[in-house]
Amino acid sequence: MSNATLTRPQLADPTQARQDRNAVKRSMVARVVTHLCIWVGVIMSIFPFYWLVVMSTNTTGDIFGYPPKLTFGPHLLENLHNVIANVDLLQSLANTVFVSLSCALLVMFFDSLAAFAFAKYHFPGKNVLFMILLVTFLIPGSLSLVPSFVLVSKLGWIGGFQSLIIPGAANAFGIFLLRQFATSSIPDELVESARIDGAGFFRTYWNVGVPMLRGGLAFLGIFTFIGAWNDYVWPLIVLVDPKRQTLQTALQTLNTIYSTDYGMVMAGALISVLPLIGVFIIGSRHFISNIAAGALKG
Amino acid sequence: MAIAEQTPTTRLEQSTPETRRRPTALKKFWPQYLAVSPFYILFLIFGLFPILFSIFLSFQDWDGMGEMKFVGLAQYQYLLSDPRFWNAVGNTFIIWFLSTIPMLFFALVIAFLLHQNIRLKGFYRVAFFLPNVTSMVAMAIVFGSVFSDSFGLVNSALTALKIENIPWLSTSLGIKVTIAVMVIWRFTGYNAIIYLAGLQAIPTELYDAAKVDGASTWRIFSSITVPLLRPVILFTVITSTIGGLSLFTEPQVLLGNGGGTDEAGMTIVLYQYNQAFTQFDFGYGSAIAWALFIIASLFAIINWRLVGERDGMKIRRNNKTEAGS
Repeated sequence: MSNATLTRPQLADPTQARQDRNAVKRSMVARVVTHLCIWVGVIMSIFPFYWLVVMSTNTTGDIFGYPPKLTFGPHLLENLHNVIANVDLLQSLANTVFVSLSCALLVMFFDSLAAFAFAKYHFPGKNVLFMILLVTFLIPGSLSLVPSFVLVSKLGWIGGFQSLIIPGAANAFGIFLLRQFATSSIPDELVESARIDGAGFFRTYWNVGVPMLRGGLAFLGIFTFIGAWNDYVWPLIVLVDPKRQTLQTALQTLNTIYSTDYGMVMAGALISVLPLIGVFIIGSRHFISNIAAGALKG
Repeated sequence: MAIAEQTPTTRLEQSTPETRRRPTALKKFWPQYLAVSPFYILFLIFGLFPILFSIFLSFQDWDGMGEMKFVGLAQYQYLLSDPRFWNAVGNTFIIWFLSTIPMLFFALVIAFLLHQNIRLKGFYRVAFFLPNVTSMVAMAIVFGSVFSDSFGLVNSALTALKIENIPWLSTSLGIKVTIAVMVIWRFTGYNAIIYLAGLQAIPTELYDAAKVDGASTWRIFSSITVPLLRPVILFTVITSTIGGLSLFTEPQVLLGNGGGTDEAGMTIVLYQYNQAFTQFDFGYGSAIAWALFIIASLFAIINWRLVGERDGMKIRRNNKTEAGS
């Protein structure tokens, strides 16, 4: 019966009955305080999203009046209509979906291929190659901002989506993560029997590796998708053409040009946030536990 | 792992006795090399080359269009005496300090609360994690309106409470606090989830034993939970240092490329962006990037020394417990 703040629920034990009765009172208080603290945190976490929806359904006058309007208003469609009339946000949405999906699919493919080879096969130089891969973790991204821009412009990729998709098409993090999955979840016997049946490396990868890596691939796909969707500084640098912006850069343009019409800017922000929240909530189970597991291993 | 030597040879190789006797590694293992090659090719082009090139660039004077001019260490000399750079370094550290300590404290409290036997745990985890996966551009715009000087939600609340308004976005401290609040909001849940995973990896027997010995909750927390969480805490300190040092989106969206009043929100990466992509001073931009790298490395070493000693054993234990679950 005890609240068991730290231990597992204890088995009923007659000698503890009196202690428990005292503990019940204390644990009731503890329980209320616990839930109160958690809910304060939850509300703090979610409030900005709520406020975003409130602002995108109100006129700018309502938002910045005193007292401010704290509830939903009837102007959502009007604000959305204004956004689309002023900025090509739907085009940006399509661009962002295209870029994020391409990034996710390419990363899933190339990373799982490499991870499968690293986890299930021996080949000369394998350990050295894997060490190099681990060392690349330590290189910070901002170091190569300027030279990468120079490189991409020399390739003639400025303004093109390939500059967002190609450089990150295979990454060390994903290979490392999927290798962990492959090592623990694909039995050697399965790879062996595929070989006996006459399957080569790529056939074995496709028929044995990919199906058995589904969980890891789902996480890596969602993780990469969200990362690509939210990337800001790199698209800001390479996407100069207003027709070829992603949501993040389009939104910032909207914000700097039309900051007087907050209802409209917030409707744009809503468009950039909602699909992402959908993807996250659908994949949240995979996502959260794997993030945490990655941290413990790191 | 034991399939090494039996990797299927191609039909072509089997038909030629010579290659079967002395197969070169490349011929025999080409599928594996092909499979791992994309990462290395991309890394050489978009990882290693830019880094080497940026060392080179930091010794040049170049606007990205005209001729490069070799200037030796002049960029670095200028950097050391550039008050705007040091202002950016100072701002970055103040914002990092203002955000990291409350953030990790709240995260630990939330993790501790969620670790208890409560219902709706799955929902709470999603709710706390949500800020971390959101578009920071959109949320910086939202926070900008909440902290707006004249009509923002926070100042409206202060007015309602008959407290004097605070000019959040036009004073030095106000700007830094606003950015720190955004960082706290975004990363508290993320760190809490990581602490929660760390808590779950601690064997419950330890807690049982402490309870039998009559240890208080605080005693259990300070003598068991915190020491065993040390490797996880080290991880969060390092990641939030790296994240804090590379802060860009929040100040840029909130205050623009100039960093706001008196450049109070100018961070190191924003200054780098400013110099390289609005002033087109690519050489100086590269020098700033290397200065940031040196600062980050120093910090990583200090963190490691402070929090990380004697933790090899504990990290291993965490891994083992996790593999079992």
